[in-house]
Amino acid sequence: MVDSEKGSFTLEKVSVTYGKEMAVTDVSLFIPARQVMALIGPSGCGKTTLLRCLNRMNDELGNVTVGGKIILDGVDINSPAVDPVALRTQVGQVFQKPNPFPMSIYDNITFGPRTLGIRKKGELDAIVEDTLKRAALWKEVHKNLKKHAFELSGGQQQRLCIARALATSPECLLMDEPCSALDPISTQLIEDTMEKLKNAVTIVIVTHSMQQASRVSDNTAFMLRESMEEPARLIEVSETEKLFTVPSDPRTEAYITGRFG
Amino acid sequence: MSQAASVRTLAKAAPQGLVVNPRIKHAHYFETAARIITGGALVAVISVIVFVLGYILYRGIGSLSWEFISTPPQARMTEGGILPALIGTLWLVLLTAVFALPVGIATGIYLSEFAKGRIARFIRVAIANMAGVPSVIYGLFGFAAFSIALGFSKSLLAMGLTLTCVTLPVIITATEEALKQLPKELRLASLALGATRWRTTWRIVVPTAAPGIITGSILGLSRAAGETAPILFTGVAFFAPTAQSLMQPSMALPYHLYIMATQPVRPAPHIVWGTALVLVGMLSIINAGIALWRSRKRKKLKW
Repeated sequence: MVDSEKGSFTLEKVSVTYGKEMAVTDVSLFIPARQVMALIGPSGCGKTTLLRCLNRMNDELGNVTVGGKIILDGVDINSPAVDPVALRTQVGQVFQKPNPFPMSIYDNITFGPRTLGIRKKGELDAIVEDTLKRAALWKEVHKNLKKHAFELSGGQQQRLCIARALATSPECLLMDEPCSALDPISTQLIEDTMEKLKNAVTIVIVTHSMQQASRVSDNTAFMLRESMEEPARLIEVSETEKLFTVPSDPRTEAYITGRFG
Repeated sequence: MSQAASVRTLAKAAPQGLVVNPRIKHAHYFETAARIITGGALVAVISVIVFVLGYILYRGIGSLSWEFISTPPQARMTEGGILPALIGTLWLVLLTAVFALPVGIATGIYLSEFAKGRIARFIRVAIANMAGVPSVIYGLFGFAAFSIALGFSKSLLAMGLTLTCVTLPVIITATEEALKQLPKELRLASLALGATRWRTTWRIVVPTAAPGIITGSILGLSRAAGETAPILFTGVAFFAPTAQSLMQPSMALPYHLYIMATQPVRPAPHIVWGTALVLVGMLSIINAGIALWRSRKRKKLKW
């Protein structure tokens, strides 16, 4: 395999079923390594559901079946040989609302590495510094890493969550509307962070803001659930600029021009 | 124009409905009534507590002395102190803690974090029933199970195990509730970092819920300290010197209080009140301390 492909996802006819109800069907999608892929679409169109397939967080919700194939670095992540716990150290996630652990900044970041068995203080210190710098939080907090994470502002907490997710050195970062609970300045900081991060990790971001998708992503996928009776589908995927200027599907055009959704 | 003045002008200019709306006026009456009723209930409860504690304090404070808590009863309990009963109660609380805390907290963790579906529901109903069983039934059960079947006869050990049964449902429920209150996102954050469910539970969920778990557990233990019925058949002594081993019977404060108050030959009342004060005081101090500690911890935890 070519090294530049490490961290790329290939989805083949992926479907997700909650109990008996099919939520998402027939998604075939290539997510290139070290680029930003945005998932857009109206509420309830399965963006987050699809995102959760990529680190198998759906497993934790119970009663969820994922069909089709999801291939990361040549391996089907749903095959029995793959340990979802190990997978998640390679595919990190940042949630919609900042959710730091109720402990210090330092302990938040070292939680992941400690899970991987890293115990040496020097090594952990280096990880903390490196990830905080990459998440653009180092300058604000380096004087007091023992500070409780809950004393940080919402935007700082979300950047801490990004640093925490980077601490296991994942190949891919999943971001589920990471800025929806944040003010514009914090949003800007996180978008700048993403721009720098994509040199090293693949980013898949779910966003409700089309402006954000057009600002941060290289590729955009538009999903839509056309009626409550049928599952959501992938309507169109292409380079972001192309999708927003010359969409090939009339439904995409209707959505991005604000005619619904 | 000042703001107050402008508001007044506005009020004058406003249509009638904005100033006096009969329906809204009605709602305000209900608001006032609700405040009076709920506030009144609070005052009633507080008065009862203050009266009970105050009266015990008033009647008992005179007999408190180092001698009172450091000597055994004398002259058919008309003189002397309460040492063997105090030590006995402390032993019972310690034994109950040793048995009930690990089992109770582990069960609560299992119910909240791992149990699913029917089995979980069944266990929960069983535990709710366990909490509803009158404590004298536990006394009979303890006598049959620990004193006779297991051969512990009448001893501190048999009493401790019986009180464990009384306390377990309280600790299990408190633990489960404390864990359930935590947001789902906390667990998801940990799982998404590649932590197993157990690591998530042990490193993140339990430490975060610790104040709640500890509070519930202490409340359960303080209930055990005040119970009489469960120890009645399993080893509490009318009069005995301080127990030298777990296999001996022992006196205990609640039972000591009970027999002193019901004996045909009444002991001096100040001894009875003094005993009550020691028992209530001990539990109040523990409970108040825990409540204070918890409110401090809580300030840091907000979601």
